[in-house]
Amino acid sequence: MTRYVLKRLLLLPVLLFLFSVTVFAIVQAPPGDFLTTYVATLASSGSSISAEQVEALRREYGLDQPVWIQYVRWMENLAKGNLGLSLEYQRPNAELIGERLVLTVVLALFSFVFTWIVAVPAGIYSAMHPRSALDYALTVLNYVGVATPNFMLALVLMWSAFAYFGVSVTGLFSPDFVDAPWNLARVVDLLKHLWLPAVVLGVAGTARLTRVMRANLLDELHKPYVTTARAKGLPEWRLVLRYPARLALNPLVSTIGWYLPALFSGSLIVATVMNLPNIGPLLLRALVNQDMYLAGSILLIYCFLTIVGTLISDILLAWLDPRIRLEEG
Amino acid sequence: MAAEAVPAVAVNVAEERVSVASNWRLVWWRFRKHRLALLSALVLIGLYLVVLCPEFFSTQDPEATDARLAFMPVQRVHLFDGARLSPWVPGVVGKRNPMTLRMEWRADERRKIPVGFFTGGHAYRLLGVVPSRLHLVGAASTDGRDQIHLLGTDRLGRDQWSRLVHGTRTSMTIGLVAVAFSVVLGVLLGGISGYFGGLADLVIQRAIELLQSLPTIPIWLALTAALPRDWTPQQVFFAITVILSLVGWTTLGREVRGRFLALREEDFVLAAELAGASRRRIILRHMVPTFLSHIIATSTLAIPVMIINETSLSFLGLGIRPPAISWGVLLQEAQNLQTLALAPWLLMPGLLVILAVLAFNLVGDGLRDAADPYSQ
Repeated sequence: MTRYVLKRLLLLPVLLFLFSVTVFAIVQAPPGDFLTTYVATLASSGSSISAEQVEALRREYGLDQPVWIQYVRWMENLAKGNLGLSLEYQRPNAELIGERLVLTVVLALFSFVFTWIVAVPAGIYSAMHPRSALDYALTVLNYVGVATPNFMLALVLMWSAFAYFGVSVTGLFSPDFVDAPWNLARVVDLLKHLWLPAVVLGVAGTARLTRVMRANLLDELHKPYVTTARAKGLPEWRLVLRYPARLALNPLVSTIGWYLPALFSGSLIVATVMNLPNIGPLLLRALVNQDMYLAGSILLIYCFLTIVGTLISDILLAWLDPRIRLEEG
Repeated sequence: MAAEAVPAVAVNVAEERVSVASNWRLVWWRFRKHRLALLSALVLIGLYLVVLCPEFFSTQDPEATDARLAFMPVQRVHLFDGARLSPWVPGVVGKRNPMTLRMEWRADERRKIPVGFFTGGHAYRLLGVVPSRLHLVGAASTDGRDQIHLLGTDRLGRDQWSRLVHGTRTSMTIGLVAVAFSVVLGVLLGGISGYFGGLADLVIQRAIELLQSLPTIPIWLALTAALPRDWTPQQVFFAITVILSLVGWTTLGREVRGRFLALREEDFVLAAELAGASRRRIILRHMVPTFLSHIIATSTLAIPVMIINETSLSFLGLGIRPPAISWGVLLQEAQNLQTLALAPWLLMPGLLVILAVLAFNLVGDGLRDAADPYSQ
C-alpha cells in the first residue's frame, strides 16, 4: 500500500511538468500579447500610449524575450512559490487566487457530498422496488438530470427565484459579508448561499450515480447469497445494506477519480452564470484579456486539483479493493 | 408423436429465422422492442431534417433585425377559429411605457393573423442550391405585411423561432462531426495500440492517460480563447470540433484497444491468419465487425456530451461566435437576470438542448442493449 502511494506521488512532478509545458504553450498561443490588448483597450477609451512606453513595459514584463526563456522564468518563480504578477490587476496572482481557490474546493466538495447523500439512498430504493411508481419517477428525473446542462439549470433556478420570490440568488455572500474578514457569521452566511450552486453543480452527477447504483445493486440482489440470507429470516433492509449495497458501492468509488475533477472544472460554468467568486470567472477574464501568467497559474491549479482528485480516488480504491494493489505490485 | 411435431416445427422456423438473420437484423429486432428509444430515434430524425434545410422550417430570415419589434413575447397559436379548424395567432400591439420607456406588448385577440402551411416568405436556396420561397409555416395573409413570431423575438427584434431552427443546424452538426473525428482517432490509435502492442501501445496509453487527466473545461476554454479573432465562422466551427474531439477520442481508444487485445487471442483470428489473410483483411473483415455495433452505441452516447460541451463553451462566449448561430449562442442572450425577467422565452433553446440530449441518450441506451448479443 505505502509503495503504491509512493509510486503515484513520485509521478506527480513528472505530470505537473508536462502540464506546465502544455499550459504555457496554450496561453502563449494567441497572436499578440497582453500589451496589444491593453493598447487596444486604451485606444478605444480615447487615451493613448507612446510606442516607447509600450516597449518599456514589454521589457519590464519580459514579453520581448524568446518563448522558452519566458517559460523558464515562469517556472523559476513558481518553484519559489511566486505565481507572478497579474498584468491586468497589477497585483500578485497568489493574492488574487488565494481565497477564490478555497471557495472553488469548498464548492466542489459540497456538491460531491450532496451527490452521494442523495444518489446512494435513491439508487438503493430504486433497486429494492424496481418498477414501482417512485422508481419510474426517479428514472425520469435521472434522464432529465443528465440531459440538462448545469448552466441551464442555474439560469432556470435564478429566473424562477427572481420571478416568483423576488430574490436574487447570485453570489456566495450577502452584501454585508462580501468584504468582511473571516468569522463565524461569515461562514454561516457562506453556507446559506453555497447550497444552491452546490446542488446545481451536482445534479448531473447525482443522476448518473443513482443509475449506476441501481444497476449494480440489481445485479447483486439476484445472487444466491442474498437468497440464503433472506431464507434465514434477515429483515430485508438489513440484508440489503449489509452485503449487496456494500458490494454495489465498490464500482462507484472508482468513479470518484473522474467525478471530483469534473466538479472542479464544471464549477467554472456555474460560477460564471451565478456570479460566484471562485477561480472560474477569474480564468475566463484572464483568458479574454490575455493576462497570460494569471491564466497560466489558474490552469495549472486546475491541473493540480485534477491530479490530486484522481490520486485520492485511486488510493481510496486500492484501500477498498486489495486486488488492485496486487496488480500494481 | 405427430401431434407433438407440429409445434416443434413452428419453434424451429422461428429459431431458424433467428439463426440465419444477420447481426444487424438481430440488433434491429432487439432495438425495436425499446419503445422510448424508437420514439427518440424519430425525434432525432426530425431534428436532422431541420438540419438539412433550416430555411424551409424557419418563418423569417434569422438575421433580419427590427428594433421596433424587440422582445416581442411568444404568440400563442390558436388551432380553432370558432368551430372551424384554422390555426391563427393574435396580432400583437406594442405601446411604449412612458415611465420605463420599455415596449409593452399586448395580444390583440380581435385581429387574427391566419397561420398557413407551405406559405411563401423570404427567399433562400434549398440545400444551398435550389432557389425557393417556400416555408413550412408562416403568416397566410395576402398582403404579406403580417409576420408571426412563434417564439417571440430577441433584443434586436430577430425572430427566435427562425434563429432556433438555424441554431439547431450548427449544434446538431457539431456533435456529429466532433464524434466522427473522435471515432476515427479512437479506432485508429486504439486499434494500433491493441493490435501491435509494444512501444506503440505504451506511447498511446500514456498519451491517453495524460489527456484524460487534463481538466477538460478550463483547457477547452483556453484553447478556444486562443483561436484568432478574425477567423471565419467555418474555421471556428472546424477548430471547435477538433478541440472537442481532442479529449473525446480517448475513451473510445481505450475500449477499442481492449477489444483488440481480447480478440487477438480468439480462434477465428488465428484461423484467418492461417488461411493467409492479410493483416488489413483480418482487421477490417474479421475483427472490426465483431465490435462495430458496440462502437456505434458508444459514439451515440458521446454525441450528447459533445452537444452540451459546445453549448456551454458558446454560452461562455468562447465557442461558436456570432453571427454564426448555435444553441449556445442563443442562450448567451439569456445570460443576465434582467433580460431573463423581461423575456423568459429566450430560454427556449435550452429546452431543445435537453430534448436533443435526452433523445440521444435514450437511443444510445437502446442501441447498447440491442448490440449486446447476450441480452434477453
